[in-house]
Amino acid sequence: MRLFSNPLRCLILGAVAGFGLFRVARAQSPSYGLGTTPTPAEIHAWDISIGPEGKELPPGSGTANEGAQLFADKCTACHGATGWGGPAPMLIKPATKPQKPLPCLSPCIGPGNVMALHSPYATTIWDYIHRAMPFGQEGTLKPDEVYALTAFLLYKNGVIKQDDVLNQQTLPQVKMPNRNGYAIPDWKPGAPRPFPSER
Amino acid sequence: MGPKKPNRRNFLKSGAVAAAAGAVQVTTGQTPDAGTKSLKELIAYGERSHYVTSIREPVDARPSPDQFGLTFHVTTPLQDSVGIITPSSLHFIGTHRGSIVPDIDPKQHRLLIHGMVDRPLEFTMDELKRFPSVSRVHFIECQGNHSKAEDKTVQDTHGLTSCSEWTGVLLSLLLNQVGVQKGAAWVVCEGAEEVKGAGSIRLSKAMDDCLVAYGQNGEPVRPQQGFPLRLLVPGFEGIYNTKWLRRIKVVDRYYMTYNDYGHISKDEEIAALTLQWGPKSVITFPSGGQQLPGHGTYQITGLAWSGGGAVRRVEISTDGGQTWKDAEIRGPVYPKAHTRFGMNWRWEGEECVLQSRCTDELGQVQPSRAELAKFFKVSVDYYKTHGTQGTDNTIQPWRVASDGSVHNAIV
Repeated sequence: MRLFSNPLRCLILGAVAGFGLFRVARAQSPSYGLGTTPTPAEIHAWDISIGPEGKELPPGSGTANEGAQLFADKCTACHGATGWGGPAPMLIKPATKPQKPLPCLSPCIGPGNVMALHSPYATTIWDYIHRAMPFGQEGTLKPDEVYALTAFLLYKNGVIKQDDVLNQQTLPQVKMPNRNGYAIPDWKPGAPRPFPSER
Repeated sequence: MGPKKPNRRNFLKSGAVAAAAGAVQVTTGQTPDAGTKSLKELIAYGERSHYVTSIREPVDARPSPDQFGLTFHVTTPLQDSVGIITPSSLHFIGTHRGSIVPDIDPKQHRLLIHGMVDRPLEFTMDELKRFPSVSRVHFIECQGNHSKAEDKTVQDTHGLTSCSEWTGVLLSLLLNQVGVQKGAAWVVCEGAEEVKGAGSIRLSKAMDDCLVAYGQNGEPVRPQQGFPLRLLVPGFEGIYNTKWLRRIKVVDRYYMTYNDYGHISKDEEIAALTLQWGPKSVITFPSGGQQLPGHGTYQITGLAWSGGGAVRRVEISTDGGQTWKDAEIRGPVYPKAHTRFGMNWRWEGEECVLQSRCTDELGQVQPSRAELAKFFKVSVDYYKTHGTQGTDNTIQPWRVASDGSVHNAIV
């Protein structure tokens, strides 16, 4: 095998072969050269997703007492002075069972679905208040205000203490009562559902 | 070319048309538009005959849009459907939380794909249309589509499913453009409406058959369906099909968005049964609220579909499930799409219970409520006070009374 006896020739052949492979891979997944590359600042401005680990949480902090005033100013018109009984969904679980059923959150998974109790992660509450509240002025709350409102709702539902401070570090650490209350099903193409209905 | 907000003048004009129509009809029998609309207006965007009155209805008569302008769930009149395509104007509606249908200028709209990717990219609508397109027929069905004893019609029991031809770009192609990084396992897809509704789906599904769609039934996706861009997650429950799609973030874990949190289940089996629709079918004629005019020959017809793939077989029972006969498949069969079936039937005036049963290409068979109850070790009476576990794909019985009236036989 004289062809491979020369190290230089070997290298060249290897490079050609490697290039060929590269070409094949490119052909299977062509780049169309479409779209523009956003700047990190642009991505940061768009990215309002807060994952359970809270990696995307901005600096800032808030307490239940600060949140109480904000709640009175910005939330009670729809959610009721006590956090329930308004036209919008219940946010604070009433101490005694109300006479008539209260509007639940949509998606509605049953009566008593209070987000601050049912959500397995406190980050979900922060994310949702930040992106979707108050109705008609979505996205206008400052990070401190969102931390404060989250703290207020968690305090009023008995999840945290009145003087607990929520921030980038403490919010993801909040132990939600429903922390282990969900399963994540796997999914693979062509796999049947678990219901055994073969006849 | 962007859709404009409902125009008061147009609204008043159409009111005037309707008022004038009554007068014209009584005297001349002409079609209502003939006298008041110019020929150009009549041909610009065709309307159905004024004799056809089939309409969508809000679920449980909850006003939609409500006094705040929020759109809640609205059902498709399946009892009047023919073939497999739902007219875009009759496609069911559901929104995250209940939201205001946004008025988006497609020239301003962008789709951002970022997160655990090598090359984050932002696309305009024009750029998305420069990728190879695919057109696929798929149903979308809301998780809330379950039959209750108090429901009267098939629109009440099953009206939160609809089927369209969707045109767009495969999500897998777009994800290959940005280069998904090792360790990525989920995508979070977000809408541009005021609540920025978002949901998490597994990367395995995103790379399989999801579609970023700009077309519906031969024209741009309708505003109520996500204009100018929506996600199609074929076979999955409706809320994953993010409308007004503006952003896809590739991540390493389940992100527990507001939508995710609202649909979680502690039980693994129920969670899996909620994710993807099982084999399902329903007879649309004869169905609840309809009336057979007398003895004689009829066509029993209905729709079958499955989130697991194509419909392989549909059976019909006319004796309450004691015996079953294969129905004919009448029309095209696509994976994860409504499929039309039918059967000749002679009715001699006897009281009977009609039902259909779907088997899909994976061999999954549509269960009865009794079979579901047995699987979950509960009494059938459990469903009088609870929804079915997971999405409801149970067999729907219709009772034909001896006077020809048809009723929901779910008890």
